[in-house]
Amino acid sequence: MRIGTGFIAGIITGAIWGLVWMVVVSVTFMLVSGAITRPPVGAAMLAGAAAGAMATAFDPDRRTPGLQIGTLAVIAIVLAAATFGLPLGLPLAVAAIYQAIAIAAIIALIWAATRACMHGISGGRLTRYQLEIVFIRLMKGLGLVFFTVLVALPFYVMVMTSLKSQQSLLANPLDFSLDFSQGAQGLFRSYVELFADYHFGTFLANSTIVSVATVIITLLFAVPGAYAVARLRFPGQAFLSQSILLIYMVPAIVLVIPLYAVFSQLGLRDTLTGLMIVYPATTIPVALYMLQGYFRGIPSELEEAGLMDGLTRVGVISKITLPLSLPALASVALYVFMIAWNEFLFAFMFLDNIDIFTLSRGVVSLNSSEVPRQHLMAGAVVATIPVLVIFLWFERFLVSGLTAGSVKG
Amino acid sequence: MTVHPDKTAGASAPPDRLGPMARREMGLAYTMLLPTFAIVLAIVLGPLLANFWISVKPIGLGDLRPAALLVNERLRGDFDGPGTTATLEYRLRNSSQDKPIEGAGFTDTLPEGLTVAGDVDERCTVNGAALTCTLGEIEPRFRDSIRIEVAADAAYLADPVNPRDSDAAVTGTSDNVLTNLEFTWDNFSRIFSSSDFWTVLKTTLYYTVFGTAGALVTGLFAAQLLNTAFKGRSILRGLFLFPYVAPVIAVAFTWIVLLDPFSGTLNSILRQMGVIDAPINFFGQRAVPLNFFGLTIEFPVALTTVIVFEAWRYFPLSFLFILARMQSISSEMYEAAEIDGATPLQQFWYISLPQLVGILAVLFLLRFIWTFNKFDDIFLLTGGAAGTRTLTVNVYEQAFAISNLGAGAAVAVVVFAVLLAFSLIFFKYSPQDEG
Repeated sequence: MRIGTGFIAGIITGAIWGLVWMVVVSVTFMLVSGAITRPPVGAAMLAGAAAGAMATAFDPDRRTPGLQIGTLAVIAIVLAAATFGLPLGLPLAVAAIYQAIAIAAIIALIWAATRACMHGISGGRLTRYQLEIVFIRLMKGLGLVFFTVLVALPFYVMVMTSLKSQQSLLANPLDFSLDFSQGAQGLFRSYVELFADYHFGTFLANSTIVSVATVIITLLFAVPGAYAVARLRFPGQAFLSQSILLIYMVPAIVLVIPLYAVFSQLGLRDTLTGLMIVYPATTIPVALYMLQGYFRGIPSELEEAGLMDGLTRVGVISKITLPLSLPALASVALYVFMIAWNEFLFAFMFLDNIDIFTLSRGVVSLNSSEVPRQHLMAGAVVATIPVLVIFLWFERFLVSGLTAGSVKG
Repeated sequence: MTVHPDKTAGASAPPDRLGPMARREMGLAYTMLLPTFAIVLAIVLGPLLANFWISVKPIGLGDLRPAALLVNERLRGDFDGPGTTATLEYRLRNSSQDKPIEGAGFTDTLPEGLTVAGDVDERCTVNGAALTCTLGEIEPRFRDSIRIEVAADAAYLADPVNPRDSDAAVTGTSDNVLTNLEFTWDNFSRIFSSSDFWTVLKTTLYYTVFGTAGALVTGLFAAQLLNTAFKGRSILRGLFLFPYVAPVIAVAFTWIVLLDPFSGTLNSILRQMGVIDAPINFFGQRAVPLNFFGLTIEFPVALTTVIVFEAWRYFPLSFLFILARMQSISSEMYEAAEIDGATPLQQFWYISLPQLVGILAVLFLLRFIWTFNKFDDIFLLTGGAAGTRTLTVNVYEQAFAISNLGAGAAVAVVVFAVLLAFSLIFFKYSPQDEG
């Protein structure tokens, strides 16, 4: 056994993991169980440091399963001793089941993370290479925890708030424990009220109509345009294929005043038709750009063969090009659907009549002091779920389409 | 930069003259592009030009409804029997407070069974059941009424018809402030002389620069995390894209709830951990004084929070592109570096980063422009309060909150001009063609 930089690195790594897991797990424990505590962070750091010291005190090839069990025991003992038998700073009887799970999770996670970081690293003097390996493992682990919490916490709060009541949240903002005794009817009260009293059924239908119409119109316009730019020769072709994306750079806020003025006078402003004209106009350039990139990748010999065999251009497009570009069509359709579904500015400016509100516009109307917060969050969940489900379902398409469309050029 | 696959097909045609085949191809191409041109021209380029037009016009939100003659008719008095008379009254009003109407007048059809008795107002003529009144030019705030004695017959009295059932048809044209030739520089002089214009410009720059940099750096970090294979990687990749995919209204309101000073979860967590003593009003507080070695600086709280939101919401996009680029770097280079004894950080610095410069530059450009254009996020989070008002929020503020469309359009012109200037600088100095 040698004591060197590896040993010190092990202690520091263990202490950091002790801190992180204590904070993350005890906050999760508080959110789930509703119990309140101040997590004993110092004790957890001490336990982590002990785990790191114990792991690096042995050479990598002598870290037997017995040693691992010993490390787990050391973490548990140090944690218990340093907190005087209250590992989460709470009497063990409070939310006992949750607390038991939380304590077990803290011990196991500290052990696993420290072990993963110090895997194959001895306690002796480390080279710069090994030191950087430890550092990068630590940063990657911390990064994964950080990003997961960063992304998951808001969405967790969104869903859980929609299932709680205003009073209980004001009483204890950390308590997201669910009261299952009230039954499904009581748990989903906000959603029932949204659809019964706040016209969310209509909003959902309106959003669907506008988004699907936008997808269809966009494809109808962009497919021939993209084909022309990709395959046909005409003056200005090269310029168009490069510059069409510039249209996408024009800020919507610059367009909103003239469109508001003109649509008001034409009587198009407070209508869904107005939105179905504006949305495709903003999505067609992107769709055209993404599609022309894909069309270029299709071997032109296939189309020439079709022309030789007597097909017209339209026949070539519908019988050869489009069937071959189904993945691209799917990803463009998804992307356009997402833009139209999430659009806020024009919906907010144009729509006054509650019967034609889209979801974006409808959720904004919930943001007042008269409407309880859980309704607002339930509205947010209703607006998010369709687009997230579609996204997760077709994620592969969407990701490849997004990157292929915009990285090139 | 792209080799057109069909370049070779027409190589034999003389370059200066188009053959019939080429001309047909050209015609076809333009036909196929026509719908796209039409809608982009109508909804994007047209309004872009119209915005310049509106910015030099004295026009408020109320001017969008043109001045019109309002006619309100009713029957005064009761008929005592067949042949008796009552008064049909038309009350007239100019809807506008400040604009005259030219050639004003109206026509109406008298209800069946009513006939005109006695003199008719000199401005009106009756032809059978048709009543035509011409008023000529009427002043702003014009108010008047025309009374006509009418007699009823027995059939009418048996089944009275409300004269309102036939609406009066109004004629007359008023000056439409959108299309007339009255111009003014007031909008521009007003926004440039306003004291907070330069604050707004500065806020916009901070927001754009730090929001863009934040999204890029976090995206780069996240991409490094998921560049190695491990169990659950695809789940995490899906999860990391959530902020970008979810609707802005949903995530913005969630952040407002999460960061609420009284019932917000984050403030409770921080207080429970003993990090802060009093709750922080993340979206409501303009600035807190911070002390650095005796140097006091005003730390902008609300602005920082919206910048963090911006980075949070848009890191998935840069993450996705950077990850795609990193996975296309050949592993041989890393193997060679490994043999030469390069440490992991050296490998990142000398191999990965140079390969990523191209995509980072493109992303910076795109994100910079989009962040600069961004309106929804700040508008929903703070409404432009507490020192977070950017140019785009100012457009809304001027045009729709103060109801001065012209001033709003003038700010929009500034937005467009700044954007154009940035784009020109970028295209002049950006690294050429990587990615």
